[in-house]
Amino acid sequence: MRKQVTQNLGFGLLFLCITTALFFLGTIIYFITVRGVRILSWDFLTEVPKEAMTAGGVAPAIMGTFYLTVGSIIIALPLGVACAIYLTEYSPRSFVVNIIRMSINNLAGVPSVVFGLFGLAVFVKLFGFGVSVFSGCCTLGILVLPQIISAAQEALLAVPQSYREASLALGATHWQTIRSTVLPTALPGIMTGAILSIGRVAGETAPILFTAATFYMRGFPKSIFSEVMALPYHIYALMTEGTHPEQQTQIAYGCALILLFLVLSISAAAIILRQRQRKGYE
Amino acid sequence: MSNPVKIKVENINFYYGKSHTLKNLSMDIFDKQVTAIIGPSGCGKSTFIRLFNRMNDLIPNTRFEGKIYLDGKNIYSPGVDIVDIRRRVGMVFQNPNPFPKSIFDNISYGLKVNGIKNRHTIEEKVVESLKKAAIWEEVKDRLQENALGLSGGQQQRLCIARCLAVEPEVILFDEPAASLDPISTKKIEELIEELKKDYTIVIVTHNMQQAARISQYTVFLYLGKLIEYATTNELFTVPKNKMTEDYLTGKFG
Repeated sequence: MRKQVTQNLGFGLLFLCITTALFFLGTIIYFITVRGVRILSWDFLTEVPKEAMTAGGVAPAIMGTFYLTVGSIIIALPLGVACAIYLTEYSPRSFVVNIIRMSINNLAGVPSVVFGLFGLAVFVKLFGFGVSVFSGCCTLGILVLPQIISAAQEALLAVPQSYREASLALGATHWQTIRSTVLPTALPGIMTGAILSIGRVAGETAPILFTAATFYMRGFPKSIFSEVMALPYHIYALMTEGTHPEQQTQIAYGCALILLFLVLSISAAAIILRQRQRKGYE
Repeated sequence: MSNPVKIKVENINFYYGKSHTLKNLSMDIFDKQVTAIIGPSGCGKSTFIRLFNRMNDLIPNTRFEGKIYLDGKNIYSPGVDIVDIRRRVGMVFQNPNPFPKSIFDNISYGLKVNGIKNRHTIEEKVVESLKKAAIWEEVKDRLQENALGLSGGQQQRLCIARCLAVEPEVILFDEPAASLDPISTKKIEELIEELKKDYTIVIVTHNMQQAARISQYTVFLYLGKLIEYATTNELFTVPKNKMTEDYLTGKFG
């Protein structure tokens, strides 16, 4: 009898927790949708900002966030996967490698504004990329690198040793084994890591604050070395600067809704890609 | 009359960390014969055959001493091409381990990694290997399906086909039927019977009847030592060593 009660209590508690989590998630989506949807229109999506941010659209910011997200993943994914391959498949399991592993995990905990300052010092000044899409992509790429490396390492370690043995026993080289067996098998897991990174990158403000973002642009960036508008920074700017809080707040909610939608659709695309990959390997 | 020596094992020792798992083994393995390695669990049978294709190189913290000659060439001398050794000495593992790819891709894998690009040649080889491994009839209509959808016994024969495709000279079987049902086991045994015409076969088994049924030579290992090595006929009927006799009669195991 008492065992039953304890069990029900346990389940009840767990249920309460999940409901609370869902409640907040639901509330966030609800408020942003309700407040943001009012301002949404075709012009809002396709026009540039007008009249000191109080009218017009946010198209440059949407494109900017899209560029920054895709660009940083293009930089971070190959680099991160390569690091993970080296760490799991090539490096000996030594003390030094363990230190490297730990450092990478700790890097994931560094505040994003620190990455922003690093990006300013290195990419913008030292390498002379200036405040630009490229500097922003590099900074964001480095920000998510630890996350991508960890996810890729997990995925690689989950590949059964018997696959490696089978491949090597057929006279495949170490590299052929990695390329043709290990990597394809680990790909869905690697993709999951990448998907999570997309959300992180798209929403970050601090790393692009000094490296890429600008408050106002009349058009789209002309090259990867131009400054760029971005949704999260645009929201920040609208809420902290300017002289027409009424209109600006509305626009900020519109931006938030678009950002939410953008992250979801990039993630959805990646999930579909992963699903198609999985079909081939299960 | 005896066939020429294919593999010559000379004074080998093997260590897992501090534990000495194989102790000063020497023996000859004859060409186009089935040599069975028997012995109780943990006696070093699997470790032993994994030396023949240098599979133990993958295990950290191990040490090997001694010489193993394949056609008179020491496969442990420096500068030897390990990849080539593994192509010539194929292996079928205890648990069927097909790649999570299609049946066709499983077989063509070994051909591709060994540099065969011609589609026609690959297709021909795939069919030939599947036929040799006696699984062609079961899979010929589903070559593009995932190999993991096959039954355990079929998967194991697929692994044998995969191994045959790269035309090895020696095939190592590491308890190939340990995880299979009796009918699948019988098929594998019949297949080994057939394969010995063209290949030198070394099989590890904990099943003494299996060794008696399919092998021409049998070696009995106990605690990393070679206790007795003779023709299967002799070893099972008139074992010279008391320990072999006790093991065969089930006094320990």
